[in-house]
Amino acid sequence: MSGYLAHRLLSSFVVILGAATIIFVAIRAVPGDPAIVMLGPSATPEQIAALRSSYGLDQSVFSQYLQFLIRMVTFDFGPSFRLGMPAGQVIANALPATASLAFISLCVALVAGFPLGIVSALRPNGWVDRVVSIFSMTGQALPSFWVGIMLVLIFSRTLRILPSGGAESPGAILMPALTLALPFLSVVVRLVRSGLLEVLGEGYVQTARAKGLKETRVVGRHALRNMLIPVVTIVGLELGGLLGGAVIVETVFAWPGLGRLLIDSIAARDYSVVQACVVVLVLGFVLINLVVDLLYGFLDPRVRVGS
Amino acid sequence: MKSATAPVPARALSSISARSKIDLRLLVPGLICVVYVVVAIIGPFLTRYDPVATNTSQRLRPPFSELRDGSIALFGTDQVGRDLLGQVIAGAQISLTVGFLTLVIAGILGTALGVLAGYRGGWVDTVLMRLADIQLAFPSILLAVLVAAVVGPSLLNIILVLAFTRWVVFARVARAQTLAVKNRDFVSASRTLGAGDWHIVRHCILPALVAPVLVVATVQFGLVIVAEASLSFLGLGMPAGTPSWGVSIASGRNYLATAWWISTMPGLVLSALVIAVGVLGDRLRDRFDPNLTTR
Repeated sequence: MSGYLAHRLLSSFVVILGAATIIFVAIRAVPGDPAIVMLGPSATPEQIAALRSSYGLDQSVFSQYLQFLIRMVTFDFGPSFRLGMPAGQVIANALPATASLAFISLCVALVAGFPLGIVSALRPNGWVDRVVSIFSMTGQALPSFWVGIMLVLIFSRTLRILPSGGAESPGAILMPALTLALPFLSVVVRLVRSGLLEVLGEGYVQTARAKGLKETRVVGRHALRNMLIPVVTIVGLELGGLLGGAVIVETVFAWPGLGRLLIDSIAARDYSVVQACVVVLVLGFVLINLVVDLLYGFLDPRVRVGS
Repeated sequence: MKSATAPVPARALSSISARSKIDLRLLVPGLICVVYVVVAIIGPFLTRYDPVATNTSQRLRPPFSELRDGSIALFGTDQVGRDLLGQVIAGAQISLTVGFLTLVIAGILGTALGVLAGYRGGWVDTVLMRLADIQLAFPSILLAVLVAAVVGPSLLNIILVLAFTRWVVFARVARAQTLAVKNRDFVSASRTLGAGDWHIVRHCILPALVAPVLVVATVQFGLVIVAEASLSFLGLGMPAGTPSWGVSIASGRNYLATAWWISTMPGLVLSALVIAVGVLGDRLRDRFDPNLTTR
C-alpha cells in the first residue's frame, strides 16, 4: 500500500508540474503585453519599463519560470494586475464560491442519481428505465451554457421567482448548481444502472436470493456495495469535468467563483490570476483523483493486497 | 482484453442477423444527422442570410411573423433584424465543419500516436502515455479555454484547439486495440512469413482499429460541437458576428426578456443534433464494442 501511495503521489506531482508548465508557457504566448494593456495606449515607454521591471517581466523567461515554480509551492502567484491585490488572495476569495457550487452539484447528482439508477436497473427496459434513460441521455448531451440560459429565461424572466445571477440572495445558487449537476447526474445514473445490472448477474447475488433474502436486502447489502467500486472511480474522474463545467456555468450565472475569475482574467491578460486559477483547479482535480484512488483501496481490499 | 476482442467473425455474424429487422435507434438519429448535413450544405442556397446585413425596421420579430417582403420568419428575427432561421442554418455549416475537421485531425494524429505507442512500446509508449495523462489532468474545456485564449478566435484556430484537446481519446483507444491485436496468432504468422512492421500495421492492425475509432469519433462529434459552441459563447471560439450557434445564443442573452427566441432557437437546433449524435454513438458502441469506454 505504501509503495502504491508513493507511486500515486509521484504521478500526481508530475501532473501538477506538467500543468503548471503548460500554463506558464501558454500564458506567455498570449499576444498583448500586460503592461501596455494595463497602462493603456497613452503610457510612456518609461512607465511601461518601470511596470515591467516591478512585475519581473523584464527578466529571462527561464528565471521567470523558476520563480514561478518556487512561488507556486507557497501559493504566491504575484500581484494581480487588474485587481491590485495578491493573486493568491483573489483566488482565496473566489475559491469558496466554486467549492460550494461544486459540492452542492455533487450532492444533487449523487442524491438524485443513485435512486434513479437503482430503479432503472431493477426493471431493465421497463417504462421507468426508458424514461430515465431518455432523461439521462438528454441531460448529458445538452450544452450546459444553454441549459443555464433557458433556466434564466423560465425562472427569472418569465416566472420571476429566482435571481438571474450573482450570489447575493439565498436562492441564487439553485440554478447554477442544477445546471452544473445535470450532466454529472446523468453520468451517475448510467453508471449506477450498468454497475448494478452487472453485479445482479453475479453468483453471490443468486446465492443471496436463493437463501431467501428479501430483494431489498439483496440489493442493499450485497449488490450495491460491490457496485460502488467502479462507480466511485468514475465519479471521481468525472469530478474534473464538474470543475471544467464550473468555468462555463459560473460565467452564465455571474457566479463569483474561480471559473468566472479565470475567464475575466484571460480577457484582461491578468497573468498571475490566470496561472493561479489553473493551478488551483488542476490541484483540486488531482487531489480528488488521489482521494478516489485511496477510497478505492478502502472499498476493495483486493487493491490493497494486490499492489 | 484479448478474449474480449477475439471473436471478430462472431461479431460480424451477429450484425448480419440483426440486419433483418430495422434498428430504429440507429436509423432515426442517423437520419437526423443526414438532414443536418444536407441542410448545412444546400441551406445557404435556399435562405438568404447575410451576416452583415441589418434591418432595424424588422428587428426582434417573434417566430412565424411575416416580414416586409412577404416571407415568413419561421424562427423570428434577431436584434439587428436578420432572419434567425438563415442564421441557424449558417451556424450548422460552421458547427459541422468544425466537428468534422477536428475529428479528422484528432483522429489521424491520435490514432497514429496510439498505434506507435502500442506497437513500439518501451520509452515511446511511456512518454506518449504520460503526456496523455498530464493532458487528461486538465478538464478538456479548461485546456480549450486556455489555448483558445492564446491563439485567438478564428475558424482554423478553434479546429486546431479542439483537435489538440481530443487526440488523447483516439490515442488511448488506438493503443489499447493495438496491444490487443499485435500478439495475436495471425500477426505472428504474418511476421514469420517475412512481413515488415509497416505491412503489419497496415494490414493487421489498422483494419482492427476502424470500428472502435469510428465509434469514438461519433461519440466525440457531439462533444466537439458542444465545445465549439461553448467556447464561442465565452467569446473565445468563433469571432463575434459570425453566425456560430454559440455566438447567437450569447447575443440573445441580452434580449431574454423581450425576444426569447434568439437564444432558444439555436440552442434547440444544437441540442437536437447533439442528442441524435449521442444516441447514434451509444448504439454503435453497443453494437461494435461493448467493452469500449469513452470519456
